[in-house]
Amino acid sequence: MSEHNNYQLTHLQQLEAESIFIMREVAAQFGKPALLFSGGKDSIVMVRLAQKAFWPAKLPFPLVHVDTGHNFNETIQFRDDLVKDVGGDLVVASVQEEIDAGRAKEESGLNPSRNRLQIPALLNVIEKNSYDACLGGARRDEEKARAKERFFSHRNSFGEWDPKNQRPELWNLFNGKMDFGEHFRIFPLSNWTEMDVWQYIKLEDISLPSIYFSHNREFVRRNSILLGKCEHITLLDDEKWESGKVRCRTVGDMTCTGMVESVANNIDDIIEEVAAARQTERGGRADDKRSETAMEDRKKEGYF
Amino acid sequence: MSTDTKGYLDMDLLRFTTAGSVDDGKSTLIGRLLYDCKSIFEDQWEAVEQSSKQRGDENVNLALLTDGLRSEREQGITIDVAYRYFATPKRKFIIADTPGHIQYTRNMVTGASTANLAIILIDARNGVIEQTCRHSFIASLLQIQHIVVCVNKMDLVDWSEDQFNKVVSQYKEFASRLDVPHIDFIPISALLGDNVVDRSENMDWYKGSPLLYTLENVYIGNEHNHVDARFPVQWVIRPHSDEYHDFRGYAGRVAGGVFKQGDAVTVLPSGFQSKIKRVHDINGDLEEAFAPMSVALTLEDEIDISRGNMIVKQNNPPESSQQIEAMLVWFSSQSDLEERGRYTIRHTTNEVKCLMKEMKYKVDINTLHKVENDRKVKLNDIARVSLQTSAPIHFDRYRRNRVTGSFVLVDEQTNNTVAAGMIIS
Repeated sequence: MSEHNNYQLTHLQQLEAESIFIMREVAAQFGKPALLFSGGKDSIVMVRLAQKAFWPAKLPFPLVHVDTGHNFNETIQFRDDLVKDVGGDLVVASVQEEIDAGRAKEESGLNPSRNRLQIPALLNVIEKNSYDACLGGARRDEEKARAKERFFSHRNSFGEWDPKNQRPELWNLFNGKMDFGEHFRIFPLSNWTEMDVWQYIKLEDISLPSIYFSHNREFVRRNSILLGKCEHITLLDDEKWESGKVRCRTVGDMTCTGMVESVANNIDDIIEEVAAARQTERGGRADDKRSETAMEDRKKEGYF
Repeated sequence: MSTDTKGYLDMDLLRFTTAGSVDDGKSTLIGRLLYDCKSIFEDQWEAVEQSSKQRGDENVNLALLTDGLRSEREQGITIDVAYRYFATPKRKFIIADTPGHIQYTRNMVTGASTANLAIILIDARNGVIEQTCRHSFIASLLQIQHIVVCVNKMDLVDWSEDQFNKVVSQYKEFASRLDVPHIDFIPISALLGDNVVDRSENMDWYKGSPLLYTLENVYIGNEHNHVDARFPVQWVIRPHSDEYHDFRGYAGRVAGGVFKQGDAVTVLPSGFQSKIKRVHDINGDLEEAFAPMSVALTLEDEIDISRGNMIVKQNNPPESSQQIEAMLVWFSSQSDLEERGRYTIRHTTNEVKCLMKEMKYKVDINTLHKVENDRKVKLNDIARVSLQTSAPIHFDRYRRNRVTGSFVLVDEQTNNTVAAGMIIS
């Protein structure tokens, strides 16, 4: 006889089961899905969940990386190793190529970021490859506009999101029907929090790029955000490079991913740090600080 | 929040819904739960503080925490379901926070569809009002098993036990018409925090638990059906690799009951019979699978099975029919329900065409009375209907199983989800 009789799942098991269900729905409902892979912890967890969803078969979709050209070197190495390990296909959409081709224009000013320039690169790779569904690792606890986004998020033929006209999602019934040229963004981690992701990484013993852990780095303090030293950041008059032990809470473009001073060099220490944190993980993201609805505005144009 | 990993891994999950309008203190209550459970961060708090000041709000407007969309912030209203998360060492909570006005019935229904519990807020000064009935009826219609009635603003009625009792008996009289097995009543002040997280010192006459303790301890072990084995096939796993050359795994999420190796099963609609060879996930064989686990099954015999089929136990089949009686909530603002209209019905992983055979009656969501003279079913209306499907669907009554008893209707012209349904028979 079975040793347990209460048929209860822990909250992480429930979240995992939900995410796997969503991934399988994507494979079943769409003709040409893709998984948007940033090299960050959330997209690494997504790959793990996808492996679970389709084992022993390979992933039924490629990993698509929108490469800003402003990456942490560690992330790219990690990406390539992971792709080899999973045995999947990698498609790289290059922001630099968009700029070279004149379809995107580099920002000028103080804090030039390529964050927004990912939009044309992303929409282009979607159109070129006729992807009809793009899986992303965004979570609703990250940002207030995301708190209202659906698991299956419809995009019109211009890649735009219409937050006021979203399809209702009830029970576990997801409607991925669309017209030609439209597509969906799909967010299997919608109900996960930052803490859930870290606990899952520990539970599943998932490896991460080294920049998530404490390391020595030169950085500059700008608007109370720490930015790592790289060729794309120019110091202002009253700024100077400092050095110290830092780590990333999120991973994105080097020009806007803030770091935190931290000595946490293993998952347990990070979990403790996350639990004690009084700032959200995107609190260090310069791209979100531009206006109250910066995320919603970018998303409406086709951002992740 | 629990930092101890072992404790965190033992936590379970409670999904609850709240509905309410601007004045009833709902945002204050949620803000307090999040704040006291340390789920609001400094940068979020500062951003809300600053926005409130800019808007000229006297106090920090906690609604701005959840009202994330530009138009919501501009108009000062909630227009959609917002999901919020917090955790205590015991449980993780997902709040589906919805607006409460009648024009947002579809949002309330959406939020309620995945909830284990509903919080109903009543202003102690006003007692049961139309909105209270509406929210409660939706909870009942969607088969939420627990309602927690928070009688709020007790500070404004002098912490009066008499006033609390009056509201409770008023609600009980109304609730006798509902189908909700567990109802709790808690006198609170969301503004001052009485009986939200900590026991109130102003109401020592109240012997029950504060709200958070209730949320942490309410029993949710019976949320899923563990009796009738149902496995809607979502996707067929065919690796085409040397190692797994002949592998055919049926991937899906258990919708009810328990599946074990060796179980005698029937595949619907073909009726083919076989035995379960293995229940597995990436780590190997599982002893058993139950709702809501996502697993894969392999069968002893090679039979033709595809997405939309359902694997069930031989001695306990679901109902199979092309005639469906259901309660329908209409979601579309662009088109009304059309009698004799054709729609696509999405039920579990299956999808067939259907014909709207008859609209029997509408239900007045405030009084629960049948409306027989108004035949027009528009956005937010609730109606009893009969449908005829192009092929049999395999279902249980919604009361018995929320997964195999629910469906949505999709408009074939616009691709929009236009209605949600709960099967009666």
